[in-house]
Amino acid sequence: MSATRYRIAWTPGSDSLVGTCHCGAEHTADDPVRMWQWLLAHPDHPGDRHELGIVRDDTGAYR
Amino acid sequence: MTTTAFARDQWYVAAYSQEVGDALLARTVLGEPLVLYRTGAGGVVALADRCVHRRFPLSLSHRDGDRIVCGYHGFTYDPGGTCVAVPGQTRIPRTARVPSFPIAEQDSLVWVWIGDPGRADPAAIPRAPWLDAPGWTTVRGMEPLAARYGLLVDNLLDLSHETYLHGGYIGTPEVAQTPITTEVDEDAGVVHVQRRMKDVECPPFYAKSTGIAGRIDRWQDIEYHPPCLYLLHSRIAPTDVEPGPDGDDSGACHAEIAYAITPETETTTLDFWMVARDFALDDENVSQYLAESNRAVVLQDVVALNALERVIAAEPDGYQELSINIDTGGLAARRLLAKLIGR
Repeated sequence: MSATRYRIAWTPGSDSLVGTCHCGAEHTADDPVRMWQWLLAHPDHPGDRHELGIVRDDTGAYR
Repeated sequence: MTTTAFARDQWYVAAYSQEVGDALLARTVLGEPLVLYRTGAGGVVALADRCVHRRFPLSLSHRDGDRIVCGYHGFTYDPGGTCVAVPGQTRIPRTARVPSFPIAEQDSLVWVWIGDPGRADPAAIPRAPWLDAPGWTTVRGMEPLAARYGLLVDNLLDLSHETYLHGGYIGTPEVAQTPITTEVDEDAGVVHVQRRMKDVECPPFYAKSTGIAGRIDRWQDIEYHPPCLYLLHSRIAPTDVEPGPDGDDSGACHAEIAYAITPETETTTLDFWMVARDFALDDENVSQYLAESNRAVVLQDVVALNALERVIAAEPDGYQELSINIDTGGLAARRLLAKLIGR
């Protein structure tokens, strides 16, 4: 994924959206407005990144 | 929320190349009335469509070679907008000139720069080479919209509306039922929306033009370059005909659908539509069918968006819309437009 790309995939067979930030952080939501808010909060994505085991590396990017 | 303000310092499609010739063509872009014409050397000129003297539209005037002679009192302008003759006197007032606008002609489109001329870089114009390339045949048209351009952006970024508004042409049940993937390339300022439909009904628009009978795989890959250019890479193939490992996709038919979304005023829009295809290249019946069908589809949009404009004009401030998954790409487009406007 390019360094500047945000991606939101709508999971087939469900109402879920999976968002992926260019830093690698991922988030699941069922509302596109909230999903964009979460992605665009980079680098301070709120909520569940710790639950997902995503941590910042030395460059500040989430891994 | 809908977008009403303009993004200045941007390129916009003002006309098709084929529309600009010896005649004086009037077009309004971002509230700027323009007169367009082609010089003897073949270049396109865009000047403000208002004589400095008494505001007469230059588009209602006539040409003297590469110059325009105002049809009211004869003020005469060169292609750079400088007044070179006035009636009855030899002294030409120093301020006698009309603004000229940077122009770039590319891929059969005439682009005009609205904003600071010093920032106009033709290299920034997005490409659509198939509109004017060997191996492709293109049909096109333009419909004026009595609606703000943001409504057309919303419309084109969410193609699920095809199922409900364009049944009988391009809409089938599967379009609205198929999940999309949305990507935003932040640096390039481009929104991508991808919908890949497998083993689905072939709508009449493609069944009649491609001759493919039976079920199809249908891809809709949108590429929106805010503010003006929208590209829909459409792939239609009999079910299970896939591109080869070397990228060869000759078993499929491809239609490159393009729209130029040009704000005319805050509440009117020039809706340029184009359909380029890599099949039935010389079949005039297919060209006629695609032109008539796509125009019918666009006119269905025109009716819907004009109605929406009237609704928005009458509604109280602060109305809250509801967005669902199908709006993911449209929301991204709105954000990038807002970014350009705020620049």
